[in-house]
Amino acid sequence: MSSLALHKAEPAAGTNPGTAQGPPLRRRIALVPTLTLLLGAVYCLLPVAWVVIASTKSGKELFSTFTFLPGSGFSDNLSQLNAYRDGVYWEWMGNSALYAILGALLSTAVSAFSGYALAVYRFRGRETLFNVLLAGVLMPPVILAVPQYLLLAKADLTDSYLSVLLPQILAPYGVYLARIYAAAAVPADVVEAGRMDGASEWRIFTRIALPMMVPGLVTVFLFQFVAIWNNFLLPYIMLSDDEKFPITLGLFTLLEQGANTPALYTLVITGAFLAVLPLIALFLVIQRFWSLDLLSGAVKS
Amino acid sequence: MPYTKRRRLVTSAVAIALGATALAACGSSDDSGDAESGPVSLTYWTWTPGMDKVVDLWNKGQGKKEQITVTVKKQASGDTLVTKILTAHKAHQAPDLVQAEYQALPTLVSNDALADIAGHVGGIEGKFAKGVWQQTTLGTDAVYAIPQDIGPMMFYYRADLFKQYGLTVPTTWDEFAETARALKKKAPDKDLTTFSANDSGLFAGLAQQAGAQWWTTSGDKWKVAINDAATRKVATFWGGLVKEGAIDNQPMYTPAWNKALDTGKQIAWVSAVWAPGTLTTAAPDTAGKWAMAPLPQWSRSENRTGSWGGSSTAVTTDSKHQEAAAKFAAWLNTDAEALNALAKEGGIYPASTSAQLSGAFAQPPAYFSNQPDFYTKAAEIAETTAPSAWGPNVNVAYTTFKDAFGAAAKNKSDFTAALDKMQADTVADMKKQGFEVAE
Repeated sequence: MSSLALHKAEPAAGTNPGTAQGPPLRRRIALVPTLTLLLGAVYCLLPVAWVVIASTKSGKELFSTFTFLPGSGFSDNLSQLNAYRDGVYWEWMGNSALYAILGALLSTAVSAFSGYALAVYRFRGRETLFNVLLAGVLMPPVILAVPQYLLLAKADLTDSYLSVLLPQILAPYGVYLARIYAAAAVPADVVEAGRMDGASEWRIFTRIALPMMVPGLVTVFLFQFVAIWNNFLLPYIMLSDDEKFPITLGLFTLLEQGANTPALYTLVITGAFLAVLPLIALFLVIQRFWSLDLLSGAVKS
Repeated sequence: MPYTKRRRLVTSAVAIALGATALAACGSSDDSGDAESGPVSLTYWTWTPGMDKVVDLWNKGQGKKEQITVTVKKQASGDTLVTKILTAHKAHQAPDLVQAEYQALPTLVSNDALADIAGHVGGIEGKFAKGVWQQTTLGTDAVYAIPQDIGPMMFYYRADLFKQYGLTVPTTWDEFAETARALKKKAPDKDLTTFSANDSGLFAGLAQQAGAQWWTTSGDKWKVAINDAATRKVATFWGGLVKEGAIDNQPMYTPAWNKALDTGKQIAWVSAVWAPGTLTTAAPDTAGKWAMAPLPQWSRSENRTGSWGGSSTAVTTDSKHQEAAAKFAAWLNTDAEALNALAKEGGIYPASTSAQLSGAFAQPPAYFSNQPDFYTKAAEIAETTAPSAWGPNVNVAYTTFKDAFGAAAKNKSDFTAALDKMQADTVADMKKQGFEVAE
């Protein structure tokens, strides 16, 4: 199926001058979307370019030289960041990695279980549950941070690694996505066939359904990873010990040092640049799982 | 489908009930412990850089003797920390000690987050200037915090460029306006300074110098006077300068502003004692060319300044060891060794008058090596700090200031209209919060 899709896409992508309509009209049609997309790309990439270039500037150059002129301070910035409070930056980086990897894995597991259950089993209250879930998708997590803090305070769990991990494990959007995906990718026939062959429900789920759901779950994992990596408010409210801070919080404390000390701009910029790298790497590595066509399933029609 | 509908109702009812019990449970535990014997450990939320090293001095010295150990948990500064403290306080989990800016104290006190430590720190007030101490008592007999650092306002200018253009340092605001105009005549592409609305503390300090008292109480009613005569005078003055184009209207702390300071496009800055730190990063190429003078006055007979910034150390009501915490707060902000370390590690300008000339302040800041008496002068100026009067929703007033004055400066429109909006929004918010406000 994927090759078919490619074939279909080809004529639209290339400008085919030999067709009846003639080149000028075709080109004009292609020009507007191309320009729009280019504009969008510039809009998205310009800040990234700024961070990359600014991270090479020394404190002196940062505000005085031309914005997109690379500076000479990158290695200095790196070693300063490295030395800042005995390398606390790397501790934050490690914390972020822990929260994001473990949190995203657990959350993907929960999403897979519940999404599959919601898609495959029929039980009383299924629609209600799903509707509550939908409401959860619409609710921005920011609103929940303070109530979650108060709840975890009752359990004496605040200011711990768990306090940041626990609330992120249940991701309504992940469950929602997993259900939609499972409903589309795991045909009822296949589940039924598994039951006929005497496989247990657990075996059907792990051996038959789960492999079919992989592309969808990869998406859930990525979404959750990025969401946790970038999360600010929840750890901000939960944590007070800066050795447990994720990178977002750590950089924020570097920026807000009070009026007496100048903000450590060069450190923050270099730190922000380094903090984006794992995300870029993750996308590049995981992208290949998406090349599996989203519609490929066990039953081909 | 009636079935699903009823189901939906039941689920939401359960959810609400669960939420309610959680909230009710949160309000249950209530205890305010006092001094007890045996080792005590305290946590301290602060944003001052290097505070851990200062606290080490305590933990190895006096704290060891008294068996009081303090742990620093470094935070980000400003209003966000106030929100965090209040959230933690709701769960009765606020740390023992917190750092708080002066203007945040009424907010914290009105939420019952700060303990009255008057009984534990008797006789300490003589170490601070009156105008500074009064901010920690909120005009009552209670003591809600110990002053840590202050930000008396001063006038900074490029000494070399003032000479080049034949300008004299203004001692009154009228002269300040004349200086701005004279510079415009001699060098139309330069500005004396800018009016920026992105840090409300600057305007609050200027109003304070003019004698404004934005929040006062009489009985159990608040009186809000943000648009009083004194503040109006300040707003009209700066609005006039912006309108006639005598000064710039671009915000500060932007890359463009840094560049303007560094290249001499702007040749003066109304700021506070901490300016050397900001100038070091903003205008690195002009070190040694700046000088500091007292803030211009509204009349020749006056000698007053406002404050911009500064913070205090407070003990929370959640602390189970309030006496021990108060002891540490007093040591931190009055002990010579502690203050010296604070100045060296954290770069603060101490509120304690005895520390303002000692140790770390014998030399001028590196950026002002050309002005050897920098800190002697600073201490004299600090003494003239006018009293300030903060209320429980400074954050609302500050936000409105940024919006209203930001727009007014950009459009060069009427500043007093912006001031009236600030007053109206602040009063409306206080009423909404349930404070009694006298009209």
